[in-house]
Amino acid sequence: MTILKAFLRHPTGMIGLFFLLCVVLLAVSAPWLFPDDPWDMVGAPFQPPLTEGLWLGSDMLGRDVAAGIAHGARISLIIGVISTLTSLTIGVTVGATAGYFGGKVDEIMMRLTELFQTIPGFVLAILLVATLGPKISNVIFAIGIVSWPPLARLTRAEFMRLRGREFVQAAVCQGQRAMTVVLRRILPNAISPIIVTGSLAVASAILIESALSFMGLGDPNLMSWGFMIGAARTVIRQAWWMSVFPGLAILLTVLAINLVGEGLNDVMNPRISRRR
Amino acid sequence: MNLTSRCKKKDDRQALLRLVIVSVNEEEIMNRREFAKLMGVSAAALSGIPLGLTRAAGATKGGTLNTIIQPEPPILVTALNQQQPTLTLGGKIYESLLRYSPDLKPMPGLAQSWEVSPDGLTYTFKLFPNITFHDGKPLTSEDVVFSMTKMLVETHARARAIYSRIAKSETPDRLTVVFTLKAPFAPFLTALDCTTGPIVPKHIYDGSDYRKNPANAQAIGSGPFKLKEWVKGSHVHLVRHDGYYRKDEPYLDEVIYRIIPDAASRSLALEQGKIQLTQWNDIEFYDVARLSKLPNYEVTTKGYEYFAPHQWLELNNRVKPMDDKRFRQAIAHALDLKSMAARVYFGMPKIATGPVSSKTKFYEPDVKRYGYSVEKAKALLDDMGLKPGPDGKRVTLKYLIPPYGEVYQRAGEFIRQSLGRAGIDIQLETTDVGGWADQFSNWDYEMTGNLVYQYGRLFEEAASTIDEAKRQEFYSKVQKILVEDVPVIWMFEAAYPTFIDKRLKNVTSTGVGIHESFSSVYFG
Repeated sequence: MTILKAFLRHPTGMIGLFFLLCVVLLAVSAPWLFPDDPWDMVGAPFQPPLTEGLWLGSDMLGRDVAAGIAHGARISLIIGVISTLTSLTIGVTVGATAGYFGGKVDEIMMRLTELFQTIPGFVLAILLVATLGPKISNVIFAIGIVSWPPLARLTRAEFMRLRGREFVQAAVCQGQRAMTVVLRRILPNAISPIIVTGSLAVASAILIESALSFMGLGDPNLMSWGFMIGAARTVIRQAWWMSVFPGLAILLTVLAINLVGEGLNDVMNPRISRRR
Repeated sequence: MNLTSRCKKKDDRQALLRLVIVSVNEEEIMNRREFAKLMGVSAAALSGIPLGLTRAAGATKGGTLNTIIQPEPPILVTALNQQQPTLTLGGKIYESLLRYSPDLKPMPGLAQSWEVSPDGLTYTFKLFPNITFHDGKPLTSEDVVFSMTKMLVETHARARAIYSRIAKSETPDRLTVVFTLKAPFAPFLTALDCTTGPIVPKHIYDGSDYRKNPANAQAIGSGPFKLKEWVKGSHVHLVRHDGYYRKDEPYLDEVIYRIIPDAASRSLALEQGKIQLTQWNDIEFYDVARLSKLPNYEVTTKGYEYFAPHQWLELNNRVKPMDDKRFRQAIAHALDLKSMAARVYFGMPKIATGPVSSKTKFYEPDVKRYGYSVEKAKALLDDMGLKPGPDGKRVTLKYLIPPYGEVYQRAGEFIRQSLGRAGIDIQLETTDVGGWADQFSNWDYEMTGNLVYQYGRLFEEAASTIDEAKRQEFYSKVQKILVEDVPVIWMFEAAYPTFIDKRLKNVTSTGVGIHESFSSVYFG
């Protein structure tokens, strides 16, 4: 509760939250705002913004750019959230196991993490999607696979810090099972930095998805912002609005998530929040 | 599997497909295509590139032609690979017995004259004297016989279908070739162009493994230009073949094919005057209208007469429900081709009525016309028992987007929306060039886009009849049957914008157009 109150007093965090809520609202209301399929060719091709019925203009096939952005918000947010949950699951599991058990287990887990950290993330994502095929499930999987190592290292560090604390040792001495100690004693105390990093990971997941779609590796059946920019790139000189508006949408969303993440960081970090 | 063999396989498969399903759309002689220039801009300022020209009698000698090759070909030997970029580039390096006028009448190529016996069995060709290969060795009748009856029938699927009809070949002297066919075959004389019958040096290839011959890298032919340098990923540099057999030709000193994979960069190169010629899909359709306004280029759709490219939606008839004629007819009704031509291809192509191009000789206009009607499509689907599910979808099919450029993706998106209105749900799939060729040649697809060039080839019965009226009758009958049956959905008679620098002359002077040797091309 105190955290929430602190967050409400955090100016940039609130600005971020406001924009983020706008994007979420847009995504949720897309089927009502734009009941037609965003792929439908509703107007003449290459109509500039503010043409009748087309607020943000139309693309080269006469599809409504505004409808694309609204429906694309759903895809971007879904991919951002689910792929972050995927990387959280992997990262926290690996980090918690390594940090709690230490020794040989830690060695193995960390060498594995380093293996992933040495491969450039985006290149690996391209490779995975190109190999597995451009489907939304594969895109989410690829993003999850490339973004868990920082989470794992963070979780491990937190667990190692808390592992030696008295309350944890007390719990172990009482004979509580490892699982209980990890989930009920350590994790709640380690969760703050994980939440902050996770929220920032949503933003980077949206960016990775956009970059993949831009390169033609997105799911060709889903209208996403990256796809819109990728398709618009070659006609940018005829139709700037086709790339500018989805670009703004990505910019705003990623910025909003980053602001929220930083806000959370500030209010959840005891050292910073106490100063307020 | 490397790219070359993959492509070969695809080519074989396409040839097979053409033989099995498509062979009726073959016709060897096509009427003059009544193409109007897309636009006629008045002559205006030309971009000032120093060309280093010297005036000679008739045509100007010298100069460098910069153009585009897209995508980069895997090899330049047209006898071994028949992908479009290979043919475009290889046409300058390898020549064949004949060339063809825009109305597809044979013209002298390597052969200066020819005779056909009255029974249509014996063809006698007289070669020009003094033809040399790029390595300086003379080209003789032996090379012609070796190329056409030994090498090409092994390496070139389309050539095999035609030249394997040669029963006997003789070389009475160094400049005379006599081919005797197994049976009369009317299209023979129109299948001797540089993409079908490139003449290769016997002294290099005879007895070797053609595909592994180290000379493939140098690509030694007898064409007006020889390979100087090929910097992978950058450009292919061709220079004048000084020993060329035609007086004064070639006029150009150099031809440089630049490899520019990005569509926007290609358009930019054209705008900046860095290139003087584009072909096929080099300029994407959406850019044509804008770039047509450039004052120093002429835009034409001529020069594709020999190929008369047809575009269609390929349905794998081995997969249910596409084995049902009613389903295929429903698709033919559900596709809004008029709107597709306007939106995806910006009005460039003409809607095809059937397998035969309206620009070719044995075209039959009196076939079933489907026309756009979602209602008719739904009625046919209802009739089949394909009722809409709770989500409105009757059936879900996969469409494999050919990986040859953005316009194919837009076409896929259009087809998905169009068929979706009739309850046919399309899931788009993307893949790379090799993957597409593999899936396509292994029948591992449901629907995909396809583009097939209608070269002069065979439909046995009609081809072996010399009576023109009988041939028309036969071709008309087959067209009617095929259009009723719609094994594939014929969509468009494709047209491609060729941007030509106004100083550049004779580019589309023959029906083979941009695949032609360019020996008579010059800067005026």
